[in-house]
This record gives sequence, C-alpha cells and structure tokens, in this order.
Amino acid sequence: MQLVLEKRAERSNTIALASPLIAIGLTIATMSILFAVLGKNPLLALHAYFIAPLTDGYSLQEIAVKATPLVMIAIGLSLCYLANAWNIGAEGQFLIGAVAGSWIAVKTQGTDAGAWVLPVMLLLGAIAGALYALIPAICKVKFGASEILTSLMLVYVADLFLDYLVRGPWRDPHGFNFPTTAEFDPVATVPLLIEGGRLHLGSIIALLVVAAAAVLLGRTIKGFEIRVVGAAPRAARFGGFNANQLIILTFAVSGALAGLAGIIEVAGPVGHLQPGISPGYGFTAIIVAFLGRLNPIGILIAGLFLALTFIGGEQAQIAMKIPLDVTKVFQGILLFYVLACDSLILYRFRLVFPNRQVARGTG
Amino acid sequence: MELVEAIILSVLAASTPLLIAATGELVTERSGVLNLGVEGMMIMGAACGFAGAWLTGSIIIGAICGIIAGTLMSLVFALMALGLAVNQVATGLALTILGIGLSGLIGAGFVGERITPAPHLYIPLLTDIPLIGRVLFGEDAFVYLSIALIVGVWRFLYRTRAGLILRACGDNHVSAHALGYPVLRIRTLAVMFGGACAGLAGAYLPLAYTPFFIPGMTAGRGWIALALVVFSSWRPGRLVVGAYLFGAVTILQLHAQGWGIGIPSQFMSALPYLATVIVLVLLSRARTGGSTAPAALGTVFVPDR
Repeated sequence: MQLVLEKRAERSNTIALASPLIAIGLTIATMSILFAVLGKNPLLALHAYFIAPLTDGYSLQEIAVKATPLVMIAIGLSLCYLANAWNIGAEGQFLIGAVAGSWIAVKTQGTDAGAWVLPVMLLLGAIAGALYALIPAICKVKFGASEILTSLMLVYVADLFLDYLVRGPWRDPHGFNFPTTAEFDPVATVPLLIEGGRLHLGSIIALLVVAAAAVLLGRTIKGFEIRVVGAAPRAARFGGFNANQLIILTFAVSGALAGLAGIIEVAGPVGHLQPGISPGYGFTAIIVAFLGRLNPIGILIAGLFLALTFIGGEQAQIAMKIPLDVTKVFQGILLFYVLACDSLILYRFRLVFPNRQVARGTG
Repeated sequence: MELVEAIILSVLAASTPLLIAATGELVTERSGVLNLGVEGMMIMGAACGFAGAWLTGSIIIGAICGIIAGTLMSLVFALMALGLAVNQVATGLALTILGIGLSGLIGAGFVGERITPAPHLYIPLLTDIPLIGRVLFGEDAFVYLSIALIVGVWRFLYRTRAGLILRACGDNHVSAHALGYPVLRIRTLAVMFGGACAGLAGAYLPLAYTPFFIPGMTAGRGWIALALVVFSSWRPGRLVVGAYLFGAVTILQLHAQGWGIGIPSQFMSALPYLATVIVLVLLSRARTGGSTAPAALGTVFVPDR
C-alpha cells in the first residue's frame, strides 16, 4: 500500500479558497505544540499572539502601521512571482529606498525647506528602489544570471551601505555617537492620520497600491500578459508577449514599491535613518504574497494577519517572556503549510495497492 | 613569509564551509533538485552543532549534531518539494526563513558561551616545515574532510553507476523513470546529502572558525555556496577553485581592513557579495552557447503510473 500524488483533472476551487485557512489552522496547531515544548501555556500564548492585540486601539493602529510596508512590498512581489520572476531581494530595495529618500531629509535638515520635501523624498525612494531592483533584472535578461541569487546578494550590500552612511557621513553630530541620523524635520515626516495616534498616511498609500494592483491584474492587457507569461510561457511566446520585458517591468514596479515602503517607514513610524529599520519586512512580504495567493485583496488580508503576528510576538515577549524568534518560526511554518495546501489545489492523494510483479517490471 | 602563511591558512579556513555546503548542493542539483534552503540548513547546523559541542564538550558530537540538524531540515524540504510537488524555489525560501527563526530559538541560550575550537593537526617535523608545513599538515579535521568530500563526490558522480543514474535523474527524469529508476527516492537521498553537508558546513563556523555562536552567523554563506555551484558549471573540480577564490576574497577584505586602507570597512565587507553578482554575470555571459545546468533542474516531477 502506498500513498501517491495524483494530478487532478481540473484545479479544485473549494481547496483554493480554503487552503489559506487550513494552513493557518495547521500553523496554530503546530505552534501550540511549540509553546508547550517551551513550557508556556499554549492557550495563554495564543491569546497573547492573536487576541490581545485586537483588544486595544493602540495595538490595532500598530497592526495597520506594520501591515503597511508588508502589503506594499508583497503587492510588488506578487507581480514578479506571477510573471515567474523571482525577486527575493525586496529587503535590499526597501533599504535603498529608505536611504535615497533620507538623503533629502538629511540635506534639508534645519533649513526652511517647504512642503515639497516629503513628496520628493517619496519619489526618490521609489525611483531608487526601482533602479536597485533593475540590477538583478538586467543581469537576468542580458546575461542570464540567476535573479534569485543576485537580488539576494544585493540585500547584504544595501544593508552595509546604510550602515556606512549612518556611522559615517550622515551621523547625527548630537547623537551621542549612536549610529543614526538626526530626527527628521516635520516637513520630512509622513503626517499622522489621527493626532497623537500611530496611523499615518502610508496606510492610505498602501490601500491605493492594492486597488491599483487589482485593476492592473483584473482589468488590463498588461496584467493579463503578466499572468500568462508566468502560467504558460509557451502560450505567451505564441501570443507574442515579451517575457524579458515583463521581467524588467515587474522587477522595476516591485522595487519601486519596496523603496517607497522603505522611505515611508523611515519618514513615518521610525522618524530617522538607522540600522535595523526593518525586522525583515522584505522577507516576510514573500510569505504575505503567497498566503494572499498572489491576489491583491488576499495580500491585504494576509499582510494584516502577519502584522498581527509581529505585534502579538512583541506582546507575548513582554507578557510571557516568549522569545521573539518564535514569531519567525511561526512565519516560516506558515509558509510551509500554505505551500503544501496549495499543492492540493492541483493534486490529490490516493492510496494505491501496486501489483508487485507489474511494479517490478522485468528487472 | 609568516604573513603569507597566515593568509593561506585563513583563506583555507574561510573557504572550507563554502566548499562543504557547495559540494552537498552540487549533488542535490545534479539530481535535478534546486534546494535554495542552504542558508537555513547551514544556520541550523551552526546552532545545533554549537549546542551539541557545548553540552558534551566534544567537537565530534557537535559536528554530528550539525549534520543531523541539516539532514532533518532537508527532509522537510524533500517532503514538500518531492512528496507534495511544491515549487522548489518557494520551498527553499521557506526553509531558509524557518531555519533562521528556529536557529535563533535554539541558539538563544548559548549566545555568549565559548568552546575550545577544533584542534589543528600537529605532526612533529612535517608541520614545522616553513611556509607549507602548517598549510599542509596543520589544519583542523574539517579542512581535510572537505577535500576528501569533494574528491569522493567527483568519483561518485563520474566513476560509479549510481552516480550516472543520479545524473540521469537530473538531466531527464522522465527517461530515468521510464528506465525503472526510482527518481523521487534518488532525489530524496541527494537532497539529504545536501542537507547533511550544509549542516556540517554550518557547524564548522562555531566549532572551528569562531568558537562561539551568534544568531545569523552564516551571513549569507549558504547563498554564496549556491552561487558557487553555478560558478562551477556543476563540476566538482571547478567548485574547489571557486570556493578557494571566494575564501580569498573574504580574507582579502579582512586584511585590507587591518592594513588601514582608507576605504570604509562596510565597502570591503560588501566585496564577497558584489563579487558573487559579478561572477554570476560574467559566467552566465560566457555560457551563451548552451546551459551546462542539469536539464531537469528545479522542475516538478510527479510519476504517473
């Protein structure tokens, strides 16, 4: 008796809808076991992770703030992945966007520069992110170099570059030698939506990005091309779609979104440039993209859910001394279950009882 | 002379984890599977290897713990990518994310602890030969093991029937299956070998390279190992050259920082990563005539019966 995988005649729409929920359920079950192993009460821990952050206004705002970069980056990544272009260096594009935008903020510090500062910062962040993402894309299209490896290598380069700037030329002279720029001026800061709260304009931009992506994928020829090139490369070639051009395009768009997310994060919740501005948003966004089934609305929901795990992880650490790494383990396990459940959309398991003689053949 | 010897020694030490991890991945990829989770398996090997060595006081047990951790991680990958036919790129990424989280959790209790690093070989007279003595006869066991490993893999791939079958699976899984070879079982074994090597390579870092564990200490070495496999055109001989070249770049930047050249240290630290990008571009460009990659690399195979 043997358990084998078998291709379904057609994709199962029931499982396509249920798969993210099954994955989350399985992840929560696995996490309960992990909590028990760590000697924590699983019910209390799960409460701290998933329920407690939803019960007060401050945490709710904080979830939206954390979801903002995740959703923006994941929307860009989903376009890449749909076109079968593997950008996994969004973290680097995020950092470079943050650096490029901060350049204006640092240079105009203490001057009477007007309201133009923030829009220029955002624009520059997006452009820099796009240009940085174009490096692996062009290496792929022109030279055939694996975009997976080159985009990832550039994450380390971006990280070191940021580190150099805040320890060297951009260091706050009054910052007691901490590796950080000075606090940005008010004109270089993303405005808050609620006075004294946490929610900022970036969340609105993220929502606009989601809407734009939904229109692009659902209502335009370009969106159709992206999906065909990824799902059926041969058909796309017959259709005259230029796969290389789409790699360049999707990389540039995803880099721009990651860069924009980077500068919004720095000019918004953080308020200055420093190392460690991202708790791995660029990598978590990969999980968001897959959990959201590469669909804009799905990504919005998935982004909010993963933001919840960040906030829940912090609260669980404070309240129950659960290590922060548990959040990363949670996210990793979640991605595994999502991918495994997605496999069941196209395949199903079947028990077979092989006829031994036939199975062995003539050998 | 002393300096030359010191540099060669440090190049060998820096190259060894790259060589071990890349050797494992080479075998995995020759069987047609692209496991991008090398970084995750390595960092798990580092955490578990250090934990094992610290708890027992034995470097060998530490290394075995690292190998087991890497193999277990690779089994998760095999279950997903081979058993469930999930996209290999996505699964490999998931493995790395999981490995980084789990290793942080496991290693948290050991941060700040130190162990006695793996001893170096000492043969009286031979090791004392100037210049080459310590290079040839004064390394730690991992360095010799890494060379034995790549020679063994070369022999296996090109001089044994099993190696031929493994390469057949990587080049055309449909034909291999039609000939009656258990493609998925062979690939699972190749993935496990890759995991064991990655785990050992990770364990090398806290057991011999630096005698302590810090989270994220692999610092992208797993990804560089993946690039090395591309660099080698999937050939063991070139892999050795590539691994030592990259080790040299790593050491060059460390020494350049020490010599006080006026370049900021961050730029020098970025060198190995930039070198990887440049090498990938140059190599891929030189190879426009046709790819040398295993033909079935990274493709899903579900046997129909």
